[in-house]
Amino acid sequence: MNRMNLKRWAGVMAVGVLLFSGIASGEEENTDTAPGRTMARQAVRGERPGITVDHSRIDALKKPFSSGPEITGTCLSCHTEAESQFHQTIHWTWRADDVKGKGGFSLNNFCISANKMTDKGCLSCHPGWNKAVESVNCLVCHGQKEINWEEAFADLKVFAASDDASEKEIAEEIRANIRDAVTNIGLPGRKNCGSCHFYGGGGDGVKHGDLDSSMARPNKALDVHMGEDGQNFTCTRCHTTKRHNIAGRIYTVPAATERKSLVEDDLTAKITCESCHTATPHKKGSKPNDHTDKVACQTCHIPYFARVNPTKMSWDWSKAGKLKDGKPFKSKGPYGKKDYLTVKGEMRWEKNVRPEYFWFNGSIDGVTAKDRVDPGTVVAVSHPVGSQDDPNSRIFPFKVHRGVQPYDKIHKTLLAPLLSGDKGYWKTLDWNSALAVGQSALGLPFSGEFDFVETTYVFPTTHMVAPKNNVVRCSECHVRNDGRMADLAGFYMPGRNQNRWINTIGWVAVLGAAIGVTVHGLGRIFSPKNGRKENG
Amino acid sequence: MSENKLILIYLYSRYERFWHWLQALLILVLLATGFEVNGAWTLLGFETAVTVHNYTGLTWLITFAFFVFWVFTTGEWRQYIPTTKKMLAVIRYYGYGIFRGEAHPFPKRKDAKHNPLQRLTYLSLAALLLPVQMTTGFLYWGYNSWAQWGFSWLSLEIVALVHLAGAFAILQFLVIHIYMTTTGHSLLAHIRAMITGWEEVQPDAKIEDWEKAPVKTG
Repeated sequence: MNRMNLKRWAGVMAVGVLLFSGIASGEEENTDTAPGRTMARQAVRGERPGITVDHSRIDALKKPFSSGPEITGTCLSCHTEAESQFHQTIHWTWRADDVKGKGGFSLNNFCISANKMTDKGCLSCHPGWNKAVESVNCLVCHGQKEINWEEAFADLKVFAASDDASEKEIAEEIRANIRDAVTNIGLPGRKNCGSCHFYGGGGDGVKHGDLDSSMARPNKALDVHMGEDGQNFTCTRCHTTKRHNIAGRIYTVPAATERKSLVEDDLTAKITCESCHTATPHKKGSKPNDHTDKVACQTCHIPYFARVNPTKMSWDWSKAGKLKDGKPFKSKGPYGKKDYLTVKGEMRWEKNVRPEYFWFNGSIDGVTAKDRVDPGTVVAVSHPVGSQDDPNSRIFPFKVHRGVQPYDKIHKTLLAPLLSGDKGYWKTLDWNSALAVGQSALGLPFSGEFDFVETTYVFPTTHMVAPKNNVVRCSECHVRNDGRMADLAGFYMPGRNQNRWINTIGWVAVLGAAIGVTVHGLGRIFSPKNGRKENG
Repeated sequence: MSENKLILIYLYSRYERFWHWLQALLILVLLATGFEVNGAWTLLGFETAVTVHNYTGLTWLITFAFFVFWVFTTGEWRQYIPTTKKMLAVIRYYGYGIFRGEAHPFPKRKDAKHNPLQRLTYLSLAALLLPVQMTTGFLYWGYNSWAQWGFSWLSLEIVALVHLAGAFAILQFLVIHIYMTTTGHSLLAHIRAMITGWEEVQPDAKIEDWEKAPVKTG
């Protein structure tokens, strides 16, 4: 009988092994390339389209230039529509509509406002010549050689006017440099876009957590698309352009209003992940494909931002103005970054930051200098638009920059101080006058009474896409405590949500049963005539 | 009454025993991984737990279909018809008689495997609890297809919580069930019977007609 048992058991075990080998083989197949990756590889295979003009062979560009607008004029002699096109774009107007945009009444919780272009400090990123807003500087985006134009032309003026032979030689050198820069023209590279977008807010990594100087020459570990050892994408590989309008801006309008892939429409913008990877990029039947209707690709594929350089996470303007020995001062904190400046206040920098998550349909809404705020709450200077009921919304990762900034106690609006220049706060350290001048530049009232209010400002996190081995693991969200989705309420998530009633009743019942059978068992052992003993 | 008087009868067919132990294995795996998905503990890691739970659950659905086929084609379903007869005697036995060394009021026979308490328990399991688990489990698994299936009105939370409540009930059953296996004439007698198929019973017990289910052995 024992041998028969063995045979039967072997049968049972064989079935068990079969069942589990089914499970195991399901996992082994992961080495196959995901279809979404194959799609994307097809979409971007081959050489990137180059330009059809070698600008070093254009005679018009070889003349000696003495000013920026002169260069632009020469560009426009061939590219006749370029400037009028560019003047329509948000890169030039800094306006999303009549009210919104950094050139309008939009605010942030960094340098707060551009005061309708009155604050000249902001213009260092405006693509004109010498902080003026007349002529477009084409070379900010198209120049392939780094050069300080302001300095070059100022020096040229001085040295060219000199009679000294060596100074004339220097002038020739400057002219050669300028000619070099003017004839070295191409499509925008990472450094062109980065010259402003890596330094937004006045310094490396101040604003965006996913865009800083580390993205000029990233490796694959920092960004799988842009990594030089990976796909080596430039920004414009995804931020495609129509008549100088570059895909990807987010104020009132999503970067893409439709979630389409190139499979569905070969002329669609490549601005969303779906554009190239499709909406079900993972292996057929795999659980991540089931997430794409509610969870953005970025949520899992960008586990942390600011992975190489630190990014600014908070800025407290209310602490500004302190003096040391009667003088303004600065102090350095972690990562060698300043954590206090008399002219700016207190700030905190962080590296490898875990994003915060919100429902997001692609639009950002915000408080402008015209809007009333409730100073009793934390004011969301900008916030993602979206909800879990909206089929176009996804859970999306954000950098949330926390600030403390001035507001008008009477008008209940946020205030826009002027910062740079002789009348700016950075020079005067006088809030009252800086606020009065800043508000009048916007044409908005200032009651003279102000205080500080806590605010938040959001940045969607979409760059620094990590290699697949570093993606967010299931258990970082599907976990009871302190998961990445801990603050997103209103829906049931396996592993995260608990029902206290069912858990309590359930475990009491199980424990009760265990205690019950233990007592019963003890009763049998210690009862004088238990049946078991008698039966042997 | 002495052990010499016990006789061996072939009580559990090969398929029954196979199904019992396969069921036991599947339930243990489902409980371990299911409670991990719920967040009660960490064993395999969430992702692996989900995968194992899904495959095991689907395996369960297929094997349960075979059980349903078996139980109806063999007429074994009659063993699950509930009755109140002798119910009090069985309850009295487990609550009192067992401590006095009394004989079980309902000796097992090939055509009457389940005492009234077991009939009620196993019927509740096979006809109510397990189907509820299978239904809610399948729905939970198919969550992303609800819109296609026309189930958009369903709430994942309710499906998940019913499934969880069912899991607690099964876990509670498991605790009691395993303990009850020790109440045979020896600690491991019932377990041995479920492995070999041969149960030792008292030969002189009187089996009433109503207790017998006419069974085609197979």
